[in-house]
Amino acid sequence: MTAIAPSATVTRVIDARGSYCPGPLMELIRAIRETEVGDIIAVQSSDSGSRVDIPKWVEKAGHRLVRIANADGYDEIVVEKRR
Amino acid sequence: MKRIVIVGGGVGGTLVANLIARKLQQHIRGGQVTVTVVDEGGQHVYQPGFMYIAMGSEVAEDLVRPEWTLLDSEVRLEVGRVQRINEADQLVELEDGSRLHYDQLVLAPGARILPQEIEHFEAEAHHFYGPDAAQRLRNALDAFTGGRIVIGIASMPYKCPPAPLEVAFLIEDELRHRGLRDKAEIHFCSPIGRAFTIESVSEMATPILEDRGIELHTFFNVETIDADRRVITSLEGEEMGYDLLILVPPHKGQQFLIDSGLAPAPGGWLPTDRHTLQVGGRPNVYALGDATDLPLSKAGSTAHFEAPVVAERVAAAIQGIEPDARLGNYTGKVMCFFEVGDGKGTLLQFDYDHPPRPPRPNRLWHLGKIVFNKTYWHTVPRGRV
Repeated sequence: MTAIAPSATVTRVIDARGSYCPGPLMELIRAIRETEVGDIIAVQSSDSGSRVDIPKWVEKAGHRLVRIANADGYDEIVVEKRR
Repeated sequence: MKRIVIVGGGVGGTLVANLIARKLQQHIRGGQVTVTVVDEGGQHVYQPGFMYIAMGSEVAEDLVRPEWTLLDSEVRLEVGRVQRINEADQLVELEDGSRLHYDQLVLAPGARILPQEIEHFEAEAHHFYGPDAAQRLRNALDAFTGGRIVIGIASMPYKCPPAPLEVAFLIEDELRHRGLRDKAEIHFCSPIGRAFTIESVSEMATPILEDRGIELHTFFNVETIDADRRVITSLEGEEMGYDLLILVPPHKGQQFLIDSGLAPAPGGWLPTDRHTLQVGGRPNVYALGDATDLPLSKAGSTAHFEAPVVAERVAAAIQGIEPDARLGNYTGKVMCFFEVGDGKGTLLQFDYDHPPRPPRPNRLWHLGKIVFNKTYWHTVPRGRV
């Protein structure tokens, strides 16, 4: 297990824990629509499916996957809005 | 005197009211309890029928009945539009100035359909989330002689998740029978990485899409409509031209819930406990149906199975007893039919812990859906199934 250190670069955190796939992805998409280019969004998800579907969507949509880290019972997937 | 107020006369609100009236019949007759349903129009609308208007097998008049005809005689009906929930004074405030005091509040006001949130939607796109829109889509299909049909989803969540796929299958079926199939392309745009949110359903539907020649486009979140070029663009940066465009419009929760501080903007979905259905930890406020933020289908079936849980908890609270541990616990149960065309359907039945295992599509489940739709008025609102 890797502890998730707070990051000064993260501009928005979405707590989607307890929501099932594709809930966390849809929360990220909503955040992408509401934020500015360059913003860093961290999605916290307890659904293992998010590790697959969020990076796939990020690649297709032209954003940047910053990191995926595992904490106590959830993943934090960090994405930079690129366009 | 204890007052129970239920906002919304749809599937959830009507069924909760009737179940509570049954549980508390003696208390109501004794004058110790009142049960009041507040509904904007006083009409109960069977929304699953809208899709069938678009498919040409249903008419709007058959999908509406006066709400009072479905309510237990012990339940009061107040026709009016809610403006605000005043939590401090435990009041439901209506736009006409009247106020209803509550001791127990049940929120079942449904979702809002907002096509106007996408520019050119109303001029360019069709949908089937209301009787008039569904009839316009029917007219457009009648006039269709060939070209590119695009079916997409403007945003999630939306009501009746299977409906866009069902429409794709049913239109493909219709075009084949009208001899137009070789003159038409059908494209299905999914906002996520597969055809349907639930993986097992997606695995069932994807081969049928392939078999019917319906092209699946994943990760296509419709962002804008270019009316001049007749093209939709996605958040992911793709474009798709259309001759006939069918889009699920944006959905949101009710504005009065946001204005009352009960639901966060911009979505307006009520933060609802997945088991107790209490709103934001409030002991005397419950939500069910489309208005909740639960990760479940926004469908009448969800409200149908949530209603007994709310009724159990509200009735127990009024009587000052603990709710039954089983009856007062929502397990996420949902059950709905899924049309795949060619006169066949399947059944989706699931809960929080058990994903659906849809049976191989057959004529039985299609007929099951038709029978259910026709007998709805005599069964679900009265708590007979």
